[in-house]
Amino acid sequence: MTEPILYVDDLTMHYTTRAGDVSAVDNVSFTLTKGESLGLVGESGCGKTSVAICLLKLLPDNAHIKGGHIYLDGVDLVPLSEEQVRRYRWRRISMIFQAAMNSLNPVYKVGDQIIEAMETHLENFSYPAAREKVAELFRLVGLDPALMDQYPHEYSGGMRQRAVIAMALACDPDIIIADEPTTALDVIVQDRILKELRAIQQKLNMGMIYISHDIAVIAEVSDCVGVMYAGRLVEKACTEEIFHHPIHPYTAGLMSAFPSIVGPKRELTMLPGEPPDLLHPPPGCRFHPRCPYATSICMEQVPEFKEYGGDHFAACWHPLEG
Amino acid sequence: MGEALVRVAGLSKFFPLTRGLFRESQEFIHAVEDVSFTIAPGESLGLVGESGSGKTTTGKLLVRLLDPTAGHIYLRANGSEVDIATLRGKDLKTFRRRVQMIFQDPYESLNPRLTIFDTIAEPLIVQGIGDVLEREERVAEMLVMVGLTPPSSFMFRFPHELSGGQRQRVAIARALIVGPTFVVADEPTSMLDVSIRTGIMYLMQDLAQRLGVTYLYITHDLAVARYMCQRIAVMYLGKIVEQAETEELLQHPQHPYTRALISAVPIPDPRIKRQAIEIKGSIPTPINPPPRCRFYDRCPIADAFCERNDHPPLRDVGGGHYVACYKT
Amino acid sequence: MQEPRRHLDEFLSPEERERLRQQPLWKIRLRLFLRSLRTNWRLFAENRIGLIGLAIIIFFALLAIAHPILMKYVWDPTVYDPVVGYAYEETMQPAPPSSRHLLGTDPLGRDVLSQLMFSARSEFILGLVAALITVTIGTTIGALSAYFGGPIDTFFMRLADLIIMLPFVTILIVLGALFKLDLPKLALVIGILSGFGGTTIIIKSQALTIKVRTYIEAARVAGGSHWHIIRHHIIPNLLPLSFLYMMFTVTSAIFSEAALSFFGLLNIRMSWGLMIHTAQTAGYLLNTKTWWLIVPAGLSITLLCAAFYLVGRALDEVVNPRLRKR
Repeated sequence: MTEPILYVDDLTMHYTTRAGDVSAVDNVSFTLTKGESLGLVGESGCGKTSVAICLLKLLPDNAHIKGGHIYLDGVDLVPLSEEQVRRYRWRRISMIFQAAMNSLNPVYKVGDQIIEAMETHLENFSYPAAREKVAELFRLVGLDPALMDQYPHEYSGGMRQRAVIAMALACDPDIIIADEPTTALDVIVQDRILKELRAIQQKLNMGMIYISHDIAVIAEVSDCVGVMYAGRLVEKACTEEIFHHPIHPYTAGLMSAFPSIVGPKRELTMLPGEPPDLLHPPPGCRFHPRCPYATSICMEQVPEFKEYGGDHFAACWHPLEG
Repeated sequence: MGEALVRVAGLSKFFPLTRGLFRESQEFIHAVEDVSFTIAPGESLGLVGESGSGKTTTGKLLVRLLDPTAGHIYLRANGSEVDIATLRGKDLKTFRRRVQMIFQDPYESLNPRLTIFDTIAEPLIVQGIGDVLEREERVAEMLVMVGLTPPSSFMFRFPHELSGGQRQRVAIARALIVGPTFVVADEPTSMLDVSIRTGIMYLMQDLAQRLGVTYLYITHDLAVARYMCQRIAVMYLGKIVEQAETEELLQHPQHPYTRALISAVPIPDPRIKRQAIEIKGSIPTPINPPPRCRFYDRCPIADAFCERNDHPPLRDVGGGHYVACYKT
Repeated sequence: MQEPRRHLDEFLSPEERERLRQQPLWKIRLRLFLRSLRTNWRLFAENRIGLIGLAIIIFFALLAIAHPILMKYVWDPTVYDPVVGYAYEETMQPAPPSSRHLLGTDPLGRDVLSQLMFSARSEFILGLVAALITVTIGTTIGALSAYFGGPIDTFFMRLADLIIMLPFVTILIVLGALFKLDLPKLALVIGILSGFGGTTIIIKSQALTIKVRTYIEAARVAGGSHWHIIRHHIIPNLLPLSFLYMMFTVTSAIFSEAALSFFGLLNIRMSWGLMIHTAQTAGYLLNTKTWWLIVPAGLSITLLCAAFYLVGRALDEVVNPRLRKR
């Protein structure tokens, strides 16, 4: 196995609100190796997007990293100043945002916006070389290079998403974070973009963190899957393993609640209750109020995130048989 | 099939592109064009399509939120069929007791300034059913039915105090309180998280059985439609291109569009690799579309015959499986 | 078609049913209303600016209430009446502040403090009546225009454009010269002008965003008439904004009154504007030695206008959650 390029260790992040502290990310640890695609899956409010903005340190004013480390090639990003962070953001780690329309400025040509991103982040920048690079990126994401002199409104939804992907690739990052990039798109377009994104990631041997609530999409694009629940990483393993031998009851519940159009029409399971309010997270394992296997220890002590063999990690007092 | 509860015949809705005071618009968006289908009592028909396919417009026509440009919607009531496409005034209001709608976004479909009681009781109030106490009891009963118990702890809360799943339950209670026989459900679970979604799906099925409700279930998600519907109709650019029993449609799709759509649905199992059927381009806007097959521009198997002829009619290929394509 | 009736009785336990019977609806509603009032007050109270504004308003309200009581039990009407009183004991008019006349007397020998307190009441009545008329018109027309659109909308919006284009104070001056406006008439004119003018446009644009919400469609599917939807869904959602604009209209009404009174165009017994007018006609306008003729009235106008404006700004934060601090 290759050296990890990203190592997140015990990351904890809180949002300060009028009503109190929201513990959005709680002791999250994982690694990412070169060329690996990690899927982060979880329901809304589980902290998956919060992890992403921590990695890029694009924190809103009321968000604070309370503890932990983010090592990129051995350098901890957490204590770095905004000035220092700018040197790695976009060049080493870049991000594809959820709403493609909002990440493109309607009054500038799409190509110019990508060139501007390169100008901001690259030291030896030259305009002709940059245009050449944009044309190359457009071909890579499946857009006609002639489109670079058009405006975002002339693009369809799928084309915009491709342009945003091209922008994220502009500075040859080592790691790309994709935050639900296909959620707003129709299935046929989503399918094409997923395939292309996966192909590009493998071709360029980049690390990718793909964030989604849709486990079917995650199954398609990831080598490894991390499952988040209420701000914590509850399970992480390779895709095959997590889909067929889940250890955490939440993962198992999530899998069997998800309908599929192939295979036998099995009964969908129902998780009782609702995700907790992170202003007042439940003590112990945060899943215990909804867990069918919960006992008294689950309500009192936080289960350790430990290995169950073969790079399969989970945080549970009552792990399911694999 | 016995007598249909809902029979839609040649339903169309065109939206004028420009609105002038003195000038009639020459360009129309053909949102829904010549759509026909039937739904049997107790059945649930899935209307599946991408955004812009006209599925939501069809749903809104059926509950008369929109007035059809042409066509008929027959609803069976008390043993006879009534054409509800042309109802007006008092008749229209009474009709609304029989046909209701559940909307997609539970954050938008509840008035933030009304309590849960006021929201659920609104249909009773506008229809003039019951006095205050009776309404309170019926609302409480409805809350129990949709699983919000005890009702007294929910009745006088506001929508913002409830979670998404709870709000959708309120929306369902509100739609069912007047005892409709037919409910149009417009993507009722697409805004909800997976762990919440299953509960709502089962609730809707359970209520359909207990109260004898028939659904038109509108969705973009074939996997959800598989669990909610006995039959599925696939829409593309305002037309139904294929219609069949759910499993039949998923296992043996005939229309090239349906095939592409099914092959594009991601599968929550890394072991299964999907076959790839690619179609070009993306769904256009149907402004004054040419009379030929709507799918012609993107179709991988279209030929000169398809170009010359009108949009193909739905024809039976056996076992209640209908396809609108010349090439299958 | 007849109403399909189903029996759901088995779903409700007898205890629940009993609990429902024991709690009358109006009591629950009252409790909810008080609770929302408390929540909003907490939000409002977080804003120091709003509290300052409210304190100033209460101060002037107390002055207004105290005046008739003082006139009845403490002050001699022949001396202290704000319009016809005369300070016999003073040798020179206007007299500077003294222990008998805390703010001195005006050129006609009337007690300035008494005038100031008497006027406060008129200002409140004028401001609130004008604001109430504005908001009633603005909310109704705004909701109707947004909901129905078409010719109704076109008519009222063009009317609003016309009113906005006209210079407000100049119109009032012309009207004042033509009709000799008194206080209720002035309130009516200000209310109508700002009601059909800018307020309508702002409230209409808010109503447009409410009109496209899904709950409006849900109400239509339930069988709700246009009237039902406007009354139960659109207007209640407009009221917070309307209330906000009420505060701003009070400010503009008081200010307009002061301007018109200063020019002597109003048929009013006494007001802060008129006090300055009296000083001006007697030639004391820019005389710093007779400051008590100008400063109390001028300061009162400024303070009360500012107070309503500040309360409006604070309410804006309660009404628009986006403006709130996290």
